[in-house]
Amino acid sequence: MTALVEKALPATPPESAWRAFRRRFGRQRLAVVMAGVLGVLVLIAVLAPWITPQDPNAQTLLDRLDAPGAEHWLGADDLGRDVASRLIVATRVTIYAGALATVVSMVIGLPFGLLAGYLRGWTDAVLSRIADALMAIPPLLFAMAIVAVLGRGVTNAMIAIGIVTAPRFFRMARGVALVIREETYIEAARSIGCPTSTIVRTHVLPNMASPLIVQVSITMGFAILFEAGLSFLGLGVQPPDASWGSMLQRSTQFAGEAPWLVLLPGLAILLTVLALNTVGDAVRDSVGRENRRLV
Amino acid sequence: MLRLVATRLLTLLLLVWIVSIAVFALVLLIPGDPTSTLLGDNATPEQVATLRASMGLDDPLIVRYGDWLGGALGGDLGTSMLTSYPVTQAITDRIGITVSLVVLSLVVSVVVGLAIGVLAAVRQGGVFDRIALLGSSVGIAMPNFWLGLVLVTFLGAELGLFPTSGYVDLGADPAQWAAHLALPVVTLAAGGAAEIARQARASVVDTLQLDFVRTLHAKGLSPLSIVGKHALRTALIPVITVIGLQVSRLFGLSVLVEAVFALPGIGSLMVQSVFDRDIPMVQGTVLLATVVVVTVNLLVDLSYGWLNPKAALTS
Repeated sequence: MTALVEKALPATPPESAWRAFRRRFGRQRLAVVMAGVLGVLVLIAVLAPWITPQDPNAQTLLDRLDAPGAEHWLGADDLGRDVASRLIVATRVTIYAGALATVVSMVIGLPFGLLAGYLRGWTDAVLSRIADALMAIPPLLFAMAIVAVLGRGVTNAMIAIGIVTAPRFFRMARGVALVIREETYIEAARSIGCPTSTIVRTHVLPNMASPLIVQVSITMGFAILFEAGLSFLGLGVQPPDASWGSMLQRSTQFAGEAPWLVLLPGLAILLTVLALNTVGDAVRDSVGRENRRLV
Repeated sequence: MLRLVATRLLTLLLLVWIVSIAVFALVLLIPGDPTSTLLGDNATPEQVATLRASMGLDDPLIVRYGDWLGGALGGDLGTSMLTSYPVTQAITDRIGITVSLVVLSLVVSVVVGLAIGVLAAVRQGGVFDRIALLGSSVGIAMPNFWLGLVLVTFLGAELGLFPTSGYVDLGADPAQWAAHLALPVVTLAAGGAAEIARQARASVVDTLQLDFVRTLHAKGLSPLSIVGKHALRTALIPVITVIGLQVSRLFGLSVLVEAVFALPGIGSLMVQSVFDRDIPMVQGTVLLATVVVVTVNLLVDLSYGWLNPKAALTS
């Protein structure tokens, strides 16, 4: 009898959720390429001090506005600084800024969101209203206000962006908690006496993985755009340090002679944010049907 | 419907109140004594004490908040720390430019976004659809001020087709007004149009799969009238949400666009105030922007009721 049952079972075990996810993700070629782009960008950011062809802040006035060529691969700026080297060190600022804002956003949003969704009632009502209020403030203006008070610099600006984007993680975590607390396996866990902390750790958090990745990539892209904007206004990275945004700040004055000064930093920002958004979307599309309502 | 309006209005007031606390709290974050920014390091203790008293800094926090909020409700947002110019006056001097920029950009992004989104959905999977999808992804990821820089460099400075900076009043010279706003509006509208196109496409594609659309097909209606007369209304609901979000976005990003094109609007006032660390000016601008955003969100919420009477009943 047992032999018969074993024979009737399929030879391969059913595909695990992770494998199914990888298969679906792998089918989206653009997303795979973009994930590779992100990997390269992180690598550039980590290795920046060692791989710049020249000192990014060294001014060689004789090379002023040099066109791309053998000496300066991507040209030189109005102070004769090597554009390729500055783009490379600026990658580090960009990744730092995006990561900092996202971590701040998560640290504030996730715990409060879980709490609101899990406890509901008054806690939920109060926390949700605060989240709505934060969402109503235009993020750039809030970041500028914080910079006005605490002083210029990327760190202050990105903490501010982290605070105003926290409602995104809050809403996501709240939604997940709301759905999951109704599941029968949670009821079962509770009925056998599992403490809330264990339930959150073993059941709620793993279910949050894919919506979390989606939200992280979108928030990072968002933060990077704001870092660029603030540095462009002169409120983020301070000279002589380079950021893609601050490189654009002076570029227009020399755009006629040196169009690469306008084009290259902008393309770098565009590519990074496009990569983050594409990967985020692909993760969302690769989540199995059973988890789709959470994303 | 009346109850809906009343509840939403109360929520709006609650939101503005929470934001007002957050905006007021900014002064508490200033490191050190705010008077030192004004008087410098060499001020005598008497000067500091007089200024503190005149600024109301010796009052308890709750009294200071009450005074500030009371003033704000009456339209008095305080005076600039540097020039003693009233904040409300500085804002009203410049708001016209920002409002023209934001409203025109909103109109352009809605019209262009909807047109592209609906066309792409109707031709789902076709060449236009693919180009539109790629274009909207690029549009969303592109820093808008960079688009502005590229436009101003190549269409403005190189080809001389448009003025590169400044503003002319609508009353003074309508043609110049339009010429000065053309590039800023395109710059600001591009990202919004991309987001609206994306949402509109997804929403129309979903709606076209619903049963009632199949029934209309079966009745022999032309595809154009199915989309135009029936499906669009249902499909618009999620699109309206995105349009509502655009107002907040456009208001925030207009700061960057005003900087690129040297437009003397609220955004450039904000940038200058941040450089000067003129906190009352910063507070006033942020509060005003937030009030505008929540008011627009309220209107968006109410428009759901009009588009979808079922939503009005259930909420």
